[in-house]
Amino acid sequence: MSHQSDLIAEDIDAYLAEHERKEILRFLTCGSVDDGKSTLIGRLLHDSRMIYEDQLAAIKQESAKSGTQGDDVDLALLVDGLQAEREQGITIDVAYRYFSTTKRKFIIADCPGHEQYTRNMVTGASTCDAAIILIDARQGVLTQTRRHTFIASLLGIRHLIVAVNKMDLVDWSEARFEEIRAEYLEFANQLAIEDLRFIPISALKGDNVVEPSTQMPWFGGSTLMYLLETLHVGGDRAQTGFRFPVQWVNRPDSSFRGFSGTIASGVVQPGDDVMVLPSRATSRVERIVTYDGDLERGHAPLAVTLTLEDEVDVSRGDMLVHREHPPELRDRFDATVVWMTDEALVPEREYIFKHTTKQVTGCVSVIRHRVDVNTLEEQVTPSLALNEIARCEIRLNQQIAIDRYDHNRETGAFIVVDRITNLTVGAGMVCDTGAGRADAWDAEPTDTLTAETRAVSSEELATRLGQRAITVLFTGLTASGKTSIAKAVERRLFDAGKLATVVDGQQLRVGISRDLGFSASERSENLRRGVEVARVVNQSGVIALCAFVAPHELPRRRAREVVGDERFLEVFVDAPVDVCRARDARGLYAAADRGEIADFPGVSSAFEPPTAPDLHLDTTATGVDAGADLVIELLRSKGVLT
Amino acid sequence: MSDARLTHLKQLEAESIRIIREVAAEFENPVMLYSIGKDSAVLLHLTLKAFHPGRVPFPLLHVDTTWKFQDMYRFRDSLPDRLGVDLRIWRNEEGVAAGVNPFTYGSKKHTDIMKTQGLLQALNHYRFDAAFGGARRDEEKSRAKERVYSFRDANHRWDPKNQRPELWQLYNGNINRGESIRVFPMSNWTELDVWQYILLEDIPLVPLYFAAERPVVERDGTLIMVDDDRMPLNEGEVPMMKSVRFRTLGCYPLSGAIESDADTLPKIIQEMLLAKDSERQGRLIDHDSAASMEQKKREGYF
Ligand SMILES: Nc1nc2c(ncn2[C@@H]2O[C@H](COP(=O)(O)OP(=O)(O)O)[C@@H](O)[C@H]2O)c(=O)[nH]1
Repeated sequence: MSHQSDLIAEDIDAYLAEHERKEILRFLTCGSVDDGKSTLIGRLLHDSRMIYEDQLAAIKQESAKSGTQGDDVDLALLVDGLQAEREQGITIDVAYRYFSTTKRKFIIADCPGHEQYTRNMVTGASTCDAAIILIDARQGVLTQTRRHTFIASLLGIRHLIVAVNKMDLVDWSEARFEEIRAEYLEFANQLAIEDLRFIPISALKGDNVVEPSTQMPWFGGSTLMYLLETLHVGGDRAQTGFRFPVQWVNRPDSSFRGFSGTIASGVVQPGDDVMVLPSRATSRVERIVTYDGDLERGHAPLAVTLTLEDEVDVSRGDMLVHREHPPELRDRFDATVVWMTDEALVPEREYIFKHTTKQVTGCVSVIRHRVDVNTLEEQVTPSLALNEIARCEIRLNQQIAIDRYDHNRETGAFIVVDRITNLTVGAGMVCDTGAGRADAWDAEPTDTLTAETRAVSSEELATRLGQRAITVLFTGLTASGKTSIAKAVERRLFDAGKLATVVDGQQLRVGISRDLGFSASERSENLRRGVEVARVVNQSGVIALCAFVAPHELPRRRAREVVGDERFLEVFVDAPVDVCRARDARGLYAAADRGEIADFPGVSSAFEPPTAPDLHLDTTATGVDAGADLVIELLRSKGVLT
Repeated sequence: MSDARLTHLKQLEAESIRIIREVAAEFENPVMLYSIGKDSAVLLHLTLKAFHPGRVPFPLLHVDTTWKFQDMYRFRDSLPDRLGVDLRIWRNEEGVAAGVNPFTYGSKKHTDIMKTQGLLQALNHYRFDAAFGGARRDEEKSRAKERVYSFRDANHRWDPKNQRPELWQLYNGNINRGESIRVFPMSNWTELDVWQYILLEDIPLVPLYFAAERPVVERDGTLIMVDDDRMPLNEGEVPMMKSVRFRTLGCYPLSGAIESDADTLPKIIQEMLLAKDSERQGRLIDHDSAASMEQKKREGYF
């Protein structure tokens, strides 16, 4: 197929060298019937010279015959309308079209069908980096426009290009274009869209598609094609560390045992410490094997084979990850589910869930609410019908290693398969890994155990030591000053003849919490262990000063329950992120900025400030000493020191 | 986040390898349909990469109509030694016994009996549950909507109403006993990608793709190579030597040659890119029933 490049005839080797370096951009075209989607695709193919002359001659003839477009060639004819298939009832989700320019190879996901639009668009969008939202300039923003935009943002499409089409029919009016843009922004602002652009075009005449328009000198932006050729497409957009779902165990003979798969995110190097999930067995990467030789460094989305230094047990469906920043291992989490089949989704019914390279059975345990794709309104519903979208709780019969979909498109996505028909009936995106909820906090100890082992009562201890044994939780961002203040308090208490000890989150990680990483649920578990330790400390009559980031409200509340409300004080050690960043000698913020630490409170995940702390220390105003004094004052006022 | 980017060919390669491994892992008895052509050559190369340093964990199947070019047979027969693959050859023996050939039976009937029926026999015989093919979506307009996993019922029929949506790269490989899938790992490749990949990876091809002096006769405006003495010559027909090559390879009496001097890959690619007609010139089978790819698919041909 000939596309525009004189190099082909003049210097084929140079042309091939140029072609070899191209990247792929996958994009989606969304529009309602007659918005001009086919015309636009035809225009892109035509103006990038992807059309053979005989095809062009044929459609010229056809256009002349039908006469619908006057002298203009009806480029929509180039794109198979798939009408015949539709009439035969053949299900078509997406038709893929291919073209390339001197800069990029493009894959267009073109979703036909109107009733089925949500299902089709979700399918098409799942593999795309960008979407073109077509608006007919005469009609402006319609219900469908909102729906398309919502689905694109739901599926994590980073670049949205709003193409206001048929500008020729509104006299190339700048006012009309601005009006549509303002209307669009009004609702798009509710959604998380990383990169949003607007272009006025005429697909039929070609204005601003490949060639700049001479009719709209008021428009200073670039053409659609220029955008498509220059949008940033990184190979890996995940905000998580290394993830490697094992697809195939490669064991040709007793001397070689490798784990084949596609790197879902992050970077891996020989010598890296890795952990196998769900077993948590650890080892180190030995080699990154490929047919073309071993690699020094593997990154997403390469298909490679890893060998490990130790004989650990690894099979298909397991995931290899770096030990520092693992995903969540969960069998219960929240996801946005799109239902794709006629038979409605029924909560508690068993389905197969395919996630990365693993299939597990489970169910949708709760439909929390349905989202109206047109208005974004949340509605209560007992079941979910075809093309409907809902936030649900998923409960599986085994744990899987997940990340939030907006952090990782590979480890945050799953499909739902009917156990009887084997059809793909739904698609899901993890929106809340359930971190910070339930876990060991809720686990019931075996009921044959008894916890009454004390010989000395707390009253006796309090009388002897002249203090009430309580737990103080210092919560705040990394480098806000929690540990320094806790230590200063410990010293003051000791000097005053009292006894206290610091239970520090970091210190725990060296020993009792050595197995934990820094995900939200692991932070929560570390806090749980910390306050259990504090409880024992309190039992011996000593005051426990707990210094933990503890970024989430729920685990903090659970901590209070574990220790007992009457013995628990919460101190919020508060400092703005940039102050903490400046104080941070260990370079943790910089590492989080580089994406090396996922879910870093203040950078890549939220810190939920305590709603009603017993003491709020603004450390930009008070130093460590003044802060410690305020804590001592608090203890006195609460009658802790007698 | 890493900023490392892959070229489109590296990306396509990784994507195809992922599909090949996934099918090998999820299906009990996969097979690769090997046609000896360039797309098969790329598919085989990707498969070798997918399982390196191990061997290809499934057999290759060639459905032999007995009318392929001699060059193709030679190339095919060198594979097991060269690459250590398990190559199985299937012939429709009933068709052979009945003397089915493209000359007296016509291309449609010949293809149906020797190729389509032959393939179905082989699939039933070996009970394959997944068959890899090298088809691409850019091959023609109607393939644009094809899925990577294409489901077949127990009679190998394609049920258009029961195809599954494919999201992300999460393929649903759940099937019941007796059912099977056809898999197209190269769905997202274009013809140019295939050629360029062959060039970059130095993948061996049947020499017929390269221009050389070959004996041909002209019939109905198409150049047919006189590849062996089974070819009946019409009155007054004398083979002439011409510099020709083939764009697609099939049964020699059904494959039209094009006159060309392109004897290297860059020259072939150049000729292809400069071609002004979209006609898939040279593949007579397409002319027979231009209409219905769907029909062929329902019958079990790709
Ligand atoms: N005047 C004008 N007509 C257009 C433009 N783009 C598309 N059309 C026409 O709008 C109608 C619907 O276009 P089509 O591409 O088939 O829409 P689709 O249903 O979204 O694929 C056709 O008659 C097109 O010729 C445009 O920019 N200007």
